[in-house]
Amino acid sequence: MKHVILGAGPGGVIAAETLSKQGHGGAITLVGDEPEPPYSRMAIPYLLSDIIDESGTYLRKNPDHYEKLGIDRLQARASGIDTKKGRVALDNGKELPYDRLLIATGSSATTPPIEGLDGPGVHHCWTLEDTRHILKSIEPGSEVLLMGAGFVACIILNGLVKRGAKVTAIVRGPRMVRSMMTETAGGMIKRWCGEKGIRVLTETNATRVTHDGGLKVDLDNSETMNPALIIVAVGVKPNMDFIDGSGIETDYGILVDNHMQTNIEGIFATGDVAQGLDFSSGGRSVHAIQPTASEHGRIAALNMAGVPATYKGSLLMNVLDTVGLIATSFGQWQGAKGGDHAEAVDEDHYKYLRLEFEEDRLVGACSVGITQHVGAVRGLIQSRTRLGHWKKRLVQDPTRFMEAYLGSTQPVG
Amino acid sequence: MGWHGKILRVDLSKGTCKAEDLNQEWARNYLGQRGLATKYLCEETDPKVDPLSPDNKLIFATGPLTGSMASTGGRYSVITKGPLTNCIACSNSGGYWGAELKFAGWDMVILEGKSKKPVYLFISDDEATLMPADDLWGKSVWETEPTIKARLQDPQIRVTSIGRAGENGVLYAGIINDLHRAAGRSGVGAVMGSKNLKAIAVRGTKGDKPHDPKAFMEATVAGKKVLAENAVTGQGLPTYGTQVLMNVINEIGAMPTRNWREVQFDGAAAISGEAMHEPRKSDGKANLVTNQACFGCTIACGRISKIDEEHFTVKTKPEYWHASGGVEYEAAWALGSDTGIDDLEALTYANYLCNEDGFDPISFGATVAAAMELYEMGAITDKDTGGIELKFGSVEALTTLTELTAKGEGFGKEIGLGSKRLCEKYGHPDLSMTVKGQEFPAYDARGIQGMGLTYATSNRGACHLRSYTVASEVMGIPEKTDPLVTDGKAGLVMAFQDATAVVDSSGLCVFVTFAWSMEDIAPQIQAACEGDWSVENLLLTGERIWNLERKYNLSAGMTAKDDTLPKRLLKEAAKTGPAKGKVNDLGKMLPEYYELRGWTTEGVPTNETLDRLAL
Amino acid sequence: MIRALQIEPVKCTGCLQCEMACSYEKEGVFNPAKSRIKVFNFHEEGRMVPYTCTQCAEAWCLHACPVDAIRLDAETGAKIVVDVLCVGCKVCTIACPFGTINYNASAGVVVKCDLCDGDPECAKACPTEAITYVDADWTGLERMRDWADKTANEQPQA
Ligand SMILES: Cc1cc2nc3c(=O)[nH]c(=O)nc-3n(C[C@H](O)[C@H](O)[C@H](O)COP(=O)(O)OP(=O)(O)OC[C@H]3O[C@@H](n4cnc5c(N)ncnc54)[C@H](O)[C@@H]3O)c2cc1C
Ligand code: SF4
Repeated sequence: MKHVILGAGPGGVIAAETLSKQGHGGAITLVGDEPEPPYSRMAIPYLLSDIIDESGTYLRKNPDHYEKLGIDRLQARASGIDTKKGRVALDNGKELPYDRLLIATGSSATTPPIEGLDGPGVHHCWTLEDTRHILKSIEPGSEVLLMGAGFVACIILNGLVKRGAKVTAIVRGPRMVRSMMTETAGGMIKRWCGEKGIRVLTETNATRVTHDGGLKVDLDNSETMNPALIIVAVGVKPNMDFIDGSGIETDYGILVDNHMQTNIEGIFATGDVAQGLDFSSGGRSVHAIQPTASEHGRIAALNMAGVPATYKGSLLMNVLDTVGLIATSFGQWQGAKGGDHAEAVDEDHYKYLRLEFEEDRLVGACSVGITQHVGAVRGLIQSRTRLGHWKKRLVQDPTRFMEAYLGSTQPVG
Repeated sequence: MGWHGKILRVDLSKGTCKAEDLNQEWARNYLGQRGLATKYLCEETDPKVDPLSPDNKLIFATGPLTGSMASTGGRYSVITKGPLTNCIACSNSGGYWGAELKFAGWDMVILEGKSKKPVYLFISDDEATLMPADDLWGKSVWETEPTIKARLQDPQIRVTSIGRAGENGVLYAGIINDLHRAAGRSGVGAVMGSKNLKAIAVRGTKGDKPHDPKAFMEATVAGKKVLAENAVTGQGLPTYGTQVLMNVINEIGAMPTRNWREVQFDGAAAISGEAMHEPRKSDGKANLVTNQACFGCTIACGRISKIDEEHFTVKTKPEYWHASGGVEYEAAWALGSDTGIDDLEALTYANYLCNEDGFDPISFGATVAAAMELYEMGAITDKDTGGIELKFGSVEALTTLTELTAKGEGFGKEIGLGSKRLCEKYGHPDLSMTVKGQEFPAYDARGIQGMGLTYATSNRGACHLRSYTVASEVMGIPEKTDPLVTDGKAGLVMAFQDATAVVDSSGLCVFVTFAWSMEDIAPQIQAACEGDWSVENLLLTGERIWNLERKYNLSAGMTAKDDTLPKRLLKEAAKTGPAKGKVNDLGKMLPEYYELRGWTTEGVPTNETLDRLAL
Repeated sequence: MIRALQIEPVKCTGCLQCEMACSYEKEGVFNPAKSRIKVFNFHEEGRMVPYTCTQCAEAWCLHACPVDAIRLDAETGAKIVVDVLCVGCKVCTIACPFGTINYNASAGVVVKCDLCDGDPECAKACPTEAITYVDADWTGLERMRDWADKTANEQPQA
């Protein structure tokens, strides 16, 4: 039995390891197009902030790790799939036969259509390669223009500020981290940034970038900037161009069932590229986050190894550190239809918590300035625990969520 | 490190918070908490100050063992001039608040002046801020504490606050932390209220470290072992709490009953520690839910009770159906025996209200008892009480008055001024069972002679916690003395007073002394702090603290005449029990005590004594 | 035989000796705010509930970690944070459905119970045996597991 995994990010690596642990005896080939050992994109901001060096981003620290588990690594880029013959075409001209295939090619950062944005001095912050470019072009005091103020952009911002860069962030929309936080919370983060000397311009676009004698950026608020560097972090899209024409069903990402299998038997997909069961909506969504890639990878591999495993769906969740202000978001933080909520706001101390309920179940939450026991929020959502009388207490004081979790799941009274 | 070396000074008039270095020399001479804060109060205020004026100061102080692994190391004290007694007031509380203040990096907080508007103080590690409390004013402790936690969005915040009693000037209003732990006596809550300070909320994440960690761990582990193996601290207190005493004290005929007319209460068994364990007839559940500890305490004498939901006091009030602090011995006595009431559920309800709105159940119960006697003799009439039939044994009278006192309404306003003022107003000052204006606790000084001297000489007015000679006279700790004789009691009282001053200044709970001698305590303090904390030096420190408090009181206008007991204890003999026919023989003990203390016959420390103590 | 912390809330008095022992062992100070075991106060119920990591088989934190900073201690079964590898991204803190791995801002890393190399200080400090370190079979872990199953993102197979 030949197992081929395309993409050596966390989704691919965890799948390969799970397959190896299942001890099925077949071959496992892990194909990745990047030259470095498998690494974690989400560790990049910590490379920016100089907490770690490149090896600190590696998914596994022992160089023999893959070999020991019997995982063959191959550096190549998949360029097509022949599902009839069971072969993957690689960009080096070779073909790779498979019995079971996992597509774990992740996603890439996108570039908005702005004049001059494709020139020098403009980078994504998505790969180690990108990061090397960035690190070469900034030093303490450098002015950096960050395009985007979503969750990944905020984490990058944190890394840049720790490096000593002077950052201005611009975002088209009306607030920061719009896809994971309420207006109040987003406003708090923006105010916090301002207090830390970081300029955040909402409802602002770059209209043109020119390159003669240094970067020059025109903004639609009629301001002009001369940053040392522009970092683009406005959005992502799944890496699935190479499957065009293969017959694998796609929507926003590659559509998979509860076993992480695509419409074609023997072909699975995981992580940022996969559009799988969404725990909150019951539909299928792309949840481009690390925990989803890890869970997907495990479930897909079990099924590939013939151990039936059914996924209950991924819960969208994030944790964000914006220069010391920690924010989280879980599930249906915008609220459920017909649901209700509890909210606590303390603007003075930068603290915020909003819980969203459906009947007496927690379905979503977002917070600012809360770090202790936040995992229990996930636990309550994902176990669909009925809160009973705890709901009333949470409405009075949502910060008692850990007690609510213990009170409704452990023998307390 | 024992001390952080940092105190917080809050000027409520100006609205400022300032960090200051702790006076290390004073710390070496007065240890911490009660002693050290008293030193600050003496240095910084005029003893003649009106307790409820802005010129009085209010000090929250921890000891060097507060917030440590020493068993019971979680106490703090509130030191100020008390409005009930016009003496120095020092009220000690457990729970978690004191340790939290220590973990935030502070040894004590000194509050001065008076805020124009209601405020609360929020201390988050090094940061201290005064926050508006207009909407908290008029709220109970039980509303204030959760509201502040929710508002600051941190369930781990610890809050100490006053309820409506403190706002309304109940002269024995306390300060309540962790919902049911109280710096209960002498009216420290009224002082807080007079300053327009509603609460102090603390979150401490900095922690604390002993001076010599290895020695500290050894000493505290050894100490905990002693507590666990001792019958009182290892079994009696965890099982029955202080209520272990109810039946014992009643049997020896030292259970003051119906405003001290009698010395035994026929209803004692029904309100005892044992009774709290008994399944109720109504619902088959016991009044007691569990025992609980304060911070760091390996004894865990605290009572957690639930009131019978069918009991008339709460039947229509589900807000009281939850568990909370149950009656301790003193509360059960004051609310029960002293008023002639043997309904445990009603006492628990009254006790809840005392915690909810922050007033001392001892002084309150004793004042109700005095009012009942005045009522029965016709000195107080239905017109005065607003129609309440104030008879001994009337459960309705007690619970109604508790509610009225909490709210500061009707006859509750008069009850809120304490028994001395009440009895004076209605023309029978002798019937007030008080010393220096503070109501007695639960030990009849006719049946336990040493307690007479304890009460008469206590620096904060009648109190059992200044020299608990009951330990020796009843329980045989450290050795048994005869409760009915006066011989040796002056020395006993003095030794207990000094030792207790040490314990109260260390961060420990005085209950450890049922099992620990100074030899057990000294190594723990020695390992926690820099300096010499040998047994001898500690006892000298205790004596110094006692004399400093005495000096304060003398300067405040007290004289030897105030070191006395109500006529009833000196003239009316006990009617039943082992002490039958006895009065308290204070006259024999007091001169001896003055002499032992190195005081003049007028009760003033001689210059020699002051020199010896470096005062 | 793998051992586990057994917690019996009915025996807990709320003295917090466990929190102090834990913070003292791990941080060198008495500081409940930094303890890996927390005692929750259910005032209305009159109950104190100590709670910490159960070293669950699912090991949510370990699997969520992007940089392999959480490792399994083969001898004790504890999931252990390797401080030098942890980048402080906090993903594990939202992934753990029990809320028992937490971010320590002053250290820039996450902290969790590591069973003190098989000799847990909290259990030693507890005066009432509300926390004991016993053979895993005895811990009532079953109940915990039931709940973990409810949380699991995988449906149990029939
Ligand atoms: C800066 C940054 C910060 C982030 N922070 C967080 C965070 O805090 N929390 C969080 O949950 N998530 C975060 N993320 C997202 C998280 O990193 C991704 O969700 C996760 O990496 C997805 O894993 P994956 O295995 O699906 O894909 P990837 O990690 O993208 O790995 C896919 C791999 O496949 C390779 N590949 C692509 N196409 C091909 C091909 N045709 N042939 C061969 N190989 C191919 C890619 O080059 C890549 O190496 C962050 C991402 C970034 C960039
Ligand atoms: S915070 Fe540390 S241990 Fe947790 S997931 Fe991130 S790197 Fe791993």
